[in-house]
Amino acid sequence: MAIEIPTNWHEMPDQRGHFGPYGGIFVSETLMGALSELNHAYERYMQDEAFIAELDADLANYVGRPSPLYHAERWSRELGGAQIYLKREDLNHTGAHKVNNTIGQALLASRMGKSRIIAETGAGQHGVATATVAARLGLECVVYMGEVDIARQEANVYRMRLLGAEVVSVTSGSRTLKDALNEAMRDWVTNVDDTFYIIGTVAGPHPYPAMVRDFQTIIGREARRQMQEMTGGLPDALIACVGGGSNAIGLFHPFLNDADVAIYGVEAAGDGIDTGRHAAPLCAGSPGVLHGNRTYLMEDENGQIIETHSISAGLDYPGVGPEHAWLKDTQRANYVAITDDEALLAFHALTRIEGIIPALESSHALAYAMKLAPQMKPEQKLLVNLSGRGDKDMHTVAAREGIKL
Amino acid sequence: MSRIQSCFAELKERQRVALIPFITAGDSEPALTVPLMHALVESGADLIELGIPFSDPMADGPVIQKAAERALKHNVSLRDVLQMVAEFRQRDAETPVLLMGYLNPVEVMGYEAFAAEASEAGVDGVLIVDLPPEEGGEMLPLLYAQQIDPVFLIAPTSDSSRIQKICDASRGYVYYVSLKGITGAGHLDLDSVAQRVSEIREISQLPIGVGFGIKDAATAAAMGKLADAVIVGSAIVNRIAEHQGDAEATISAVSSFVGELRAGLDK
Repeated sequence: MAIEIPTNWHEMPDQRGHFGPYGGIFVSETLMGALSELNHAYERYMQDEAFIAELDADLANYVGRPSPLYHAERWSRELGGAQIYLKREDLNHTGAHKVNNTIGQALLASRMGKSRIIAETGAGQHGVATATVAARLGLECVVYMGEVDIARQEANVYRMRLLGAEVVSVTSGSRTLKDALNEAMRDWVTNVDDTFYIIGTVAGPHPYPAMVRDFQTIIGREARRQMQEMTGGLPDALIACVGGGSNAIGLFHPFLNDADVAIYGVEAAGDGIDTGRHAAPLCAGSPGVLHGNRTYLMEDENGQIIETHSISAGLDYPGVGPEHAWLKDTQRANYVAITDDEALLAFHALTRIEGIIPALESSHALAYAMKLAPQMKPEQKLLVNLSGRGDKDMHTVAAREGIKL
Repeated sequence: MSRIQSCFAELKERQRVALIPFITAGDSEPALTVPLMHALVESGADLIELGIPFSDPMADGPVIQKAAERALKHNVSLRDVLQMVAEFRQRDAETPVLLMGYLNPVEVMGYEAFAAEASEAGVDGVLIVDLPPEEGGEMLPLLYAQQIDPVFLIAPTSDSSRIQKICDASRGYVYYVSLKGITGAGHLDLDSVAQRVSEIREISQLPIGVGFGIKDAATAAAMGKLADAVIVGSAIVNRIAEHQGDAEATISAVSSFVGELRAGLDK
């Protein structure tokens, strides 16, 4: 299919949520009304000054924005190439970028008069961010989480329960993020009148990919300004990890029209792309339809979704946001993959050299920075999204290294 | 006139409500599907909805998801499903067969190949749960051209402009989802179904099938008073699940249940 290269990358998606051939609304009929109601509310409130003012105040005073931009000088020197700047989303309240979006959607839910919030979660970060804002707004909250993820992210499960959320263990299918999403969709179909579904990534049916992106672009808008203030110009390249792709699109989007800024999205190569045990639909998948949108998927030759593998629960998803699919086909962004082992090396490197313990998800972006920086000149600048902190991953890393905590 | 259209025309003449059982192709094993389809017809089915197994059936409850998982253990593909229909057609040229499933297996096969091969196999209708008419621009003309009837869902949440849009795209019949929820759920509200069915009748001449949550002869009979067709899925699939591994027992349990449904409808 011929892909038309846009002149303004900020005009997508179209009215029905298409990014080129990707995106759209592929859901059962019961949800069509709810999606249309959500779309109307979203379009209305994004133009509503009082709503925007409340959102901005919450981002400043509750989340702690703007998040800092940090020049990792020692690490840059050690790698011997480009200067690496880290966008510190790990310093947000709840420890990751996820809260930027949950604050926005929860405020929207309140405005729409919905009293009950549901969410799916993989690593638990989106679940924690959702439970957090639900607690604050006094909304009932149910979080769906795969049984496998519950086992590897116990601390986040406890955190959600402390916050008053009900965490429902999903035992169908591969018992990970995609199955949690299926289950959340089922809940939504059943309780569509009073329930708001807070999707945690830039996937799902329209308007979610556009709406979640718009709530997350605070990352890129701040970083763009901060880079200019700190260095007098834009970065030469951006790097972010891509599971569903919300932290990545949040960073990338405000830079899409800056043609000189190279963009790298980093998927999870798991045990290695050639082993088949990975979670890299953009690098090694093919287009299809899942969870309400057309995008790249991990699927077999019969169109069945195949199980993914990554050390990082937050990247362990067989699809990806449709805007990434389109950025790939248009070649505006490059998509690469990093193995579990490479991500762990980067995890240790940043921890030891900069005193920052990154999330395993973000470690994939850092690992690609370790490859790219040495190929660049010391006067060049690399902006990496440090999307979350690694506290939640202590058990995973320790277990991998044979240490019992 | 398509096989589905003539089926409904004939039933209307006989003043009989259509009984449409749903089974998942390949559940609980591939060899069982065709004999089961014949048994459904023999016990009173007028049309068969045959599920295409999919790994992530988001709109279905646990009963039908497990059926898909049982079929996928045998790697039942969309082409295998078409093969089963072709085999069924060798002995039954009358009973309409509608494939029901999710878009991705069709997407991967390719719309054009799917429409051609489905027609060749003797498929009469297609219901893709996660394909609303708005996204059907590419597929629908290919189905119409092959005389395959696309059937769309109408939900309790569909407003009248959507009902119009759905009926415009549908051929054969429309499927009214009798409750907000997933397949196999259990909170039917007959009054609201009655009201919605009459709203649909004002908009369209198409026969109306009602499904989701119909689990026995009594609910089938109640629904049969409102609609032109009654669709029963999870309650049948449950019987398949109960008798896994024993083809004879499965066929006999399903046949006797479908017979009860038939009797309930014909009362």
